[in-house]
Amino acid sequence: MKDLVIIGGGPAGMSAAVAAYKSGVKNILIIERDEHLGGILMQCIHNGFGLHKFGEELTGPEYAWKYEKQVKELGISVKLNTMVLDITEDKIITATNSVDGVFQIKAKAIILAMGCRERSKGALNIAGSRPAGIFSAGTAQKFVNMKGYMPGKNVVILGSGDIGLIMARRMTQEGAKVHAVCELMPYSGGLARNIQQCLKDFDIPLKLSHTVVEIHGRERLSGVTIAKVDENRKPIEETKEYIECDTLLLSVGLIPENELSKSANIELSPVTGGAVVDQDRQTSVNGIFACGNVLHVHDLVDFVSEEAETAGVASAEYINGNLEQNACIDIKTDGKIRYTVPQKITAKKDVTVYFRVSDVYKNTTINVLADGGKIISKKKIKLAPGEMESISIKKELLENVKALELGLEV
Amino acid sequence: MYDVAIIGAGVVGGMIARTLSAYKLNICVLEKENDVAMGATKANSAIVHAGFDAKEGSLKALLNVQGSKMMQNVCAELGVKYKQNGSLVIGFNEDDKKAINELFERGNTNGVEGLEILEKARIKELEPNISDNVLCALYAPTGAIVCPYELTIAAIGNAMDNGVELKCNFDVTKINKIDNGYEIASENEKISAKTVINCTGIFSDEIAKLVQDNSFKVNPRRGEYILLDKECGNLVSHTIFRTPTKMGKGILISPTVDGNLLLGPTSVDIEDKEDKSTTGQGFASIIKEANENVNGIALNKTITSFCGLRATGDTGDFIINSPKKGFINVAGIESPGLSASPAIAQYILDMLSRQGTELIKNESFNPKRAPMHAFREASIEEKNEIIKREPSYGKIVCRCEHVTEGEILAAIRTNPKARDLDGVKRRTRAQMGRCQGGFCGPYIVELLAREQNIPFESVTKFGKSSYINTGKTKGDA
Repeated sequence: MKDLVIIGGGPAGMSAAVAAYKSGVKNILIIERDEHLGGILMQCIHNGFGLHKFGEELTGPEYAWKYEKQVKELGISVKLNTMVLDITEDKIITATNSVDGVFQIKAKAIILAMGCRERSKGALNIAGSRPAGIFSAGTAQKFVNMKGYMPGKNVVILGSGDIGLIMARRMTQEGAKVHAVCELMPYSGGLARNIQQCLKDFDIPLKLSHTVVEIHGRERLSGVTIAKVDENRKPIEETKEYIECDTLLLSVGLIPENELSKSANIELSPVTGGAVVDQDRQTSVNGIFACGNVLHVHDLVDFVSEEAETAGVASAEYINGNLEQNACIDIKTDGKIRYTVPQKITAKKDVTVYFRVSDVYKNTTINVLADGGKIISKKKIKLAPGEMESISIKKELLENVKALELGLEV
Repeated sequence: MYDVAIIGAGVVGGMIARTLSAYKLNICVLEKENDVAMGATKANSAIVHAGFDAKEGSLKALLNVQGSKMMQNVCAELGVKYKQNGSLVIGFNEDDKKAINELFERGNTNGVEGLEILEKARIKELEPNISDNVLCALYAPTGAIVCPYELTIAAIGNAMDNGVELKCNFDVTKINKIDNGYEIASENEKISAKTVINCTGIFSDEIAKLVQDNSFKVNPRRGEYILLDKECGNLVSHTIFRTPTKMGKGILISPTVDGNLLLGPTSVDIEDKEDKSTTGQGFASIIKEANENVNGIALNKTITSFCGLRATGDTGDFIINSPKKGFINVAGIESPGLSASPAIAQYILDMLSRQGTELIKNESFNPKRAPMHAFREASIEEKNEIIKREPSYGKIVCRCEHVTEGEILAAIRTNPKARDLDGVKRRTRAQMGRCQGGFCGPYIVELLAREQNIPFESVTKFGKSSYINTGKTKGDA
């Protein structure tokens, strides 16, 4: 029996563990499937991590180390190389590793911090052959940064997610030629700073409203046909263009990995792909919390850590019997705002609501409506789907409120 | 000199090799690819047809019905998953109804057991998600599903365990008649055998030409498929066919033995035997027809799409003959080839016997092979016993399909050994799940390099030039 089991030892899991420990829960176990703590940060050897949290630019492993050090100093137990196979609503965790075999642990509370995975090529149904040389950007990153091998020399990247942008620069630095980054949408899903630092600074063309329509090559990729798409995202025949390349990297979206959440019958949001949570990041199952990319995909690890702290502190309150189950205000969105996290809140705490928009909006106003009446209005020069936004709401504004709505005035 | 050389390690070659390995024969299987089951065998509908399609009196009809009856036992011996889920041929109008009645009659003539014609209410009872426009259906309770490459890997593995030799990357370019048999050569190797069995799928006409047999032609017919996530595997429980037309059985919707949902195939005659491209039109037609047949197909749960080439012979029937003494064609094995494969093997055994090959029982023949999926299906207690002996079974490598390092190592070490990433995938399901190898791929490359004692960058996806990496990074060079 453990007080708290945290599934995943990446930035979310470690930050949640440290926060829970500091809130008085000592009997904690972190279960990590990889052979080290740090999660995907360990292959992110570029810098840019920690600006918000620590006021300095760190690499991924440096950022991870800040937390791993605390986990070690606090003596929080960790099981590495251990994969959780199942969790139940009663908080029984089934896991496996080489030392313990298949084993079960019961926990008073669970924090889900399993992260996300990349959308794969299969989901795209691109016509053409099925040769070697097609990788998701994260897989290529692992080959280059963790294994020391190059997945190819002549590269086209489909999708302008942040990992794709980072890999455009990384492959270039390693001597590969990146011919183009094609983005289906008329805007990039990546951070503005990555477009500047990873593409523009290296003269790599970003082709907006473009996609890969055909894959060529029998054994190894020999080229791709790209095309411009119309406003319905349909390829325009006469814009087809063949690019010779041996590598296609895909950076076409991240999906929170919630197979375990499903096994515990946790309610999931069809929009985020993660659990529906309250201000404490508690899911629909009492005592099971979620944070980081398993909850919704973040742009910056700094916000992952922050969210995980919230979950960690709340899990301690839950274990000590002090967590009130009082999130009764649902937050609706108007469609221009795609989703919020949390999706429901209490009137008893000040809350920061994170959200993403569904398109690029300029010179706009974010409105928070409480039972139809405007309680907050905030002007923004530009909002983009690739940048997560937040708005803070004081509890005083929420007294006797039944429903909130977040909307954009364009 | 071998007694028998089988060219082609697809399901037909594999089943023949296994059947012959029960006799005291020196057998070799020659395969041009880096692994077995690389042609039509790895990309087809994975169906054991009941046997009502093929024309009365044809080889297809005879061997389909026989094969379908043998399949369950063969799968049990080889430790291969097999599920008799039954099939439905659904019809929407009076023309379809007429065709279904004909199939019913034909099935009865062919000796298919248990056929029934069902009305709408009963169909909806069996399959609630079937289109509301359905009028009638032919129900075949003996229809089944099996994984064709799992079956082939197991058949060849079992044959090898019983003494058969497998030579991969042996691309036959010449066959010369010699005293007592044939000499078979690739660019860099030669073997000789008393009897040659040509099981080379879409290439079987070209192989036949090497012994001056120009009697038939095989055309590649493209079949594209879409595979959906296991979440969708329960949408239907039977294999759902549309009433057939001249071009084939139309788009089927079927659960797979691994719990996914399979949609396809298209049916387009093409020229190029190497062109396994999928097409936009193909996807569109699969999606259109599948949606007409069954409600609620979640295409956003697509895991992968692929294309196979059927070996369509020019006679309309299987082409199984011996144009020259000691040379046997097993050609034009399109649908229902998988279903017929155990019976084809038996048929070939009888042919050999008639041609004078001496068949002495191999007393040490073991028809059984340990299932590849045994660990996956073991109880927790059994798993822990195994992990205690072999700790690598405790370590999950493929997180989507929960495949352990122990299972992957077994696939690399067990006959026929997995030699590339796709080989590991077909044997273990590692890389076959939602992330398609995004997470575990690099580690499996490492295991393949270590186990085969080859450099990391020499590991391929499926042999030849399907390399994964081009070399070391700057810092490591």
